[in-house]
Amino acid sequence: MEFFRNTNIDFLGKKWYFLAFSLIFSVAGVFSMLFWHKIPYGVDFRGGTLVYVKFAQTPDDNAIRAAMDRAGLHNARIQRYGQAGGNEVLIDVSEQETNEQALDRSKTAIISALGTNAPEGKQDLNNTSVLTLKNYLLQKDPLHLGTDADQRYGALAQAIVDYRDKTKGGVLSSLDDLKGTVDPAVWASLPDGFFVSNFGVRNVEIVGPQVGAQLRRQALLATAYSLAGMLIYLAVRFEWIYGVAAVITVFHDTLITVGAFSLMNKEISLTVIAAILTLIGYSNNDTIVVFDRIRENLKLMRREKLSDIVNRSINQTLSRTILTAGLTFLTVLALFMFGGEVLHGFSFALVIGILIGTYSSIAIAAPILVAYQDWRINQGKQPPMAPAAKGGATREKVKVKA
Amino acid sequence: MNKNLGWKLIVIVATLLVFAFGITGVPDNWSGKGFLAAMQNRIHLGLDLKGGTHLILQVQVNDAVNTGSDNAVELLKSDLRSHKISYSEISKPDPVNNPDKIVLKGVPPEQSSDLRSLVSDRLPEYNPASGAENTWTISMKLQAMADLKNRAVTQAIETIRNRIDQLGVSEPVIEEHGLGQYQILVQLPGVDDPARVKEIMQSTAMLEIKQVLGGPYGSEQDALQQNSGVLPPDSIILRGRGLAVAPGQESGEEYYLVTRSSAVSGTDLRADGASVGRDANSNSPEVNFALTNQGGRKFGAFTGAHVGDRLAVVLDNRVREVATIHEQIQDQGRISGGGMTEQAAKDLALVLNSGALPAGIKYLEERTVGPSLGSDSIRAGVTAAAIGMLAVLVFMLVYYHAAGINADLALILNLIILLGFLGFSGATLTLPGIAGVILTVGMGVDSNVLIFERIREELRNGKTPPSAVEQGFSHAWVTIVDTHVTTIVSAFILFIFGTGPVKGFAVTLSFGLFANLFTAVFVSRVIFDWILSRKGRGEALSIGA
Repeated sequence: MEFFRNTNIDFLGKKWYFLAFSLIFSVAGVFSMLFWHKIPYGVDFRGGTLVYVKFAQTPDDNAIRAAMDRAGLHNARIQRYGQAGGNEVLIDVSEQETNEQALDRSKTAIISALGTNAPEGKQDLNNTSVLTLKNYLLQKDPLHLGTDADQRYGALAQAIVDYRDKTKGGVLSSLDDLKGTVDPAVWASLPDGFFVSNFGVRNVEIVGPQVGAQLRRQALLATAYSLAGMLIYLAVRFEWIYGVAAVITVFHDTLITVGAFSLMNKEISLTVIAAILTLIGYSNNDTIVVFDRIRENLKLMRREKLSDIVNRSINQTLSRTILTAGLTFLTVLALFMFGGEVLHGFSFALVIGILIGTYSSIAIAAPILVAYQDWRINQGKQPPMAPAAKGGATREKVKVKA
Repeated sequence: MNKNLGWKLIVIVATLLVFAFGITGVPDNWSGKGFLAAMQNRIHLGLDLKGGTHLILQVQVNDAVNTGSDNAVELLKSDLRSHKISYSEISKPDPVNNPDKIVLKGVPPEQSSDLRSLVSDRLPEYNPASGAENTWTISMKLQAMADLKNRAVTQAIETIRNRIDQLGVSEPVIEEHGLGQYQILVQLPGVDDPARVKEIMQSTAMLEIKQVLGGPYGSEQDALQQNSGVLPPDSIILRGRGLAVAPGQESGEEYYLVTRSSAVSGTDLRADGASVGRDANSNSPEVNFALTNQGGRKFGAFTGAHVGDRLAVVLDNRVREVATIHEQIQDQGRISGGGMTEQAAKDLALVLNSGALPAGIKYLEERTVGPSLGSDSIRAGVTAAAIGMLAVLVFMLVYYHAAGINADLALILNLIILLGFLGFSGATLTLPGIAGVILTVGMGVDSNVLIFERIREELRNGKTPPSAVEQGFSHAWVTIVDTHVTTIVSAFILFIFGTGPVKGFAVTLSFGLFANLFTAVFVSRVIFDWILSRKGRGEALSIGA
């Protein structure tokens, strides 16, 4: 089987279409970043409190909002997340409510606002820790244990919490759920101290303003260093213009990907930054494959115009480019579809990034090389595009010819 | 040639065995379950997969500097007196922003050199600088201050580690958080309700015993007025304990006038000298503490000299206990009452035993992952990885026929090496780390595609299979090195800058890329050579072309 064989597409001839396409998406993204959704920072970068709650029944958004209002959290964002029917809700409180003096204030407020109908003096079994449960059992001593009580009740408490978290997905719908899974005497002792609310907290993220700013700076630095590292490596291995072309290309990809997040108002979290750095690597990968072929062909076809050589190189590597992009896209798509909520932003960035990264190595990187050469010729200088690095001897010859 | 091939095969099989061992070790029993358990033992899961709490806290290093400069002020006062250097006022004008600055006013010009030599003699970490109107600014040297701050962080890490160890949290991570200034990263697997742990970590647990000069008073102003508006030398007003109504809220306020210097301080506490006991009268929980020999001598001398006076047990600048000294006491003390619960008494004993924090701490970040979310994430991540991998394996077989088997073997070996690496190195596998594994599969397949496409091209150009394979590998090799190096560069930068889960991603990605260099280039080549060596001359190569 073979998809592409001896293709001969004039990619460089279509450079104006490519430019228009890239401009439209870049400009749309930049506009959105500046005037519309801005850059939708996730909680990692802007600071704030996120509480992920799973309910036993379908949650009523209005009731949750009312509860938050009563607790004084008027700007809380309430959002469904996860699979439909998962009954999961994300409650997001902005940075203003999160300060470093009392970092977990909003979290406590959210949890107590949700559990309003708690019976006096009882604890919520859906939100209790192993330790609390163990201490309660120790004090109640339903099994009348002797010396090894601490260990036995510890194991029992762990078993109950595991049952709640692993078998029931985090929320018990009533104490009856535990019937049959724990010792009857232990079960009978629970209602005295515990009740079951209709929700369980699955995940809490609290980021203070200081850390948010710190992470923003680091994300920018990491991206900048990554680009600089690339530029240097390519300048050493090829020629500096190859490095510049690759960095412009990768910058283009990053801009469009971040723009896509802004246009769709998807939050940029720490893992999304990891994805963006990955796609920088990936897109660069693609670009290098084409560049490598250009370098090789420059040695073989000395009499031909650079634009012909570049076109030939792109066509020769096209099969590989499309295949790899397709296969990587396949794995990333699997991640996007089956990877779960936590990886959603991450895989979204890669889905966009792989499409753009593949496109740009053909449509942006290679034309930059040719445009630079044309510019040099117009300036009346020697064409600089010689096979560089390791091919020092050949380079001299080319210069002599020109 | 054939002999060479044999050696290469042995290298490959050995690598396979070594890394397979890395994944599972030698399992206790050879069933599926035994393997799974062994694997869970070897490969460490990150907090995002197994559940737990991640905290970033900041050491308020200025506290430590303030303590240092407070001591310097006390020392200066007594030395200035003994050297008969006169001054009008000594103070710290801005303890919040410039905790290292001491301002000394009204030193006569003729005593300047005396002051200079006194400071360089007695306070070598400080620089004296004279200013206008006989005012001197004595500030800590930058190097000394930096040392002091770093020491505070190291000490805080040590203390927090002691406390967490005593709480019985398994495999906690407590380390300096390199990204910020004076920050500590604490990871507590399995702890999904961090309130109590946070409380215990945050308590500075600075224990002092001081002499009570007056009180209790109803308010600070009251205390001042009772002493005719001026505090006696070497004294401070401290707040006493009120009854705890709710965390952070107390009813009733009382203030005491106590000596500034302490008869006994936290360092005089005997190691593991604090224990939970019961009050003889009310039977309510209390904390008893014992002093070291040296501390006991100091305490004995103090109580012997002050029979009939009152002493205050001060914890974190709050008066916790006031008692009248009836007779000389050697080395015992207690903190009781205040409606302290059994748990609170236990926690207090724990923090006293683990030593005092050199400075206060502030929480900057808190993340809790419940165990249910963690196991959901593992399931989703592994499903996605399996589906992605399967799709790639099947595609390679369909597109490249027999050569696809070659690529698939290389990919599977790549995965085994990657997981084995994780097992050997003890690196943590996080959810983004699983994504890194998937991405490695993508990159791995890229190398194979590069090589195979090149071989097909060479075959089309009329080369014989052996020379096409030779040419394909040697041309693709250059490209593969270039692409891998640049990706490893970005992974390395991620590793330096990233935290937690992102770091895990960088780790799996870099390991995967290294493994890929081996499998896609070396292993795949050996398999090709082996296939070619079994074919007759001129027989076609099955690569789907």
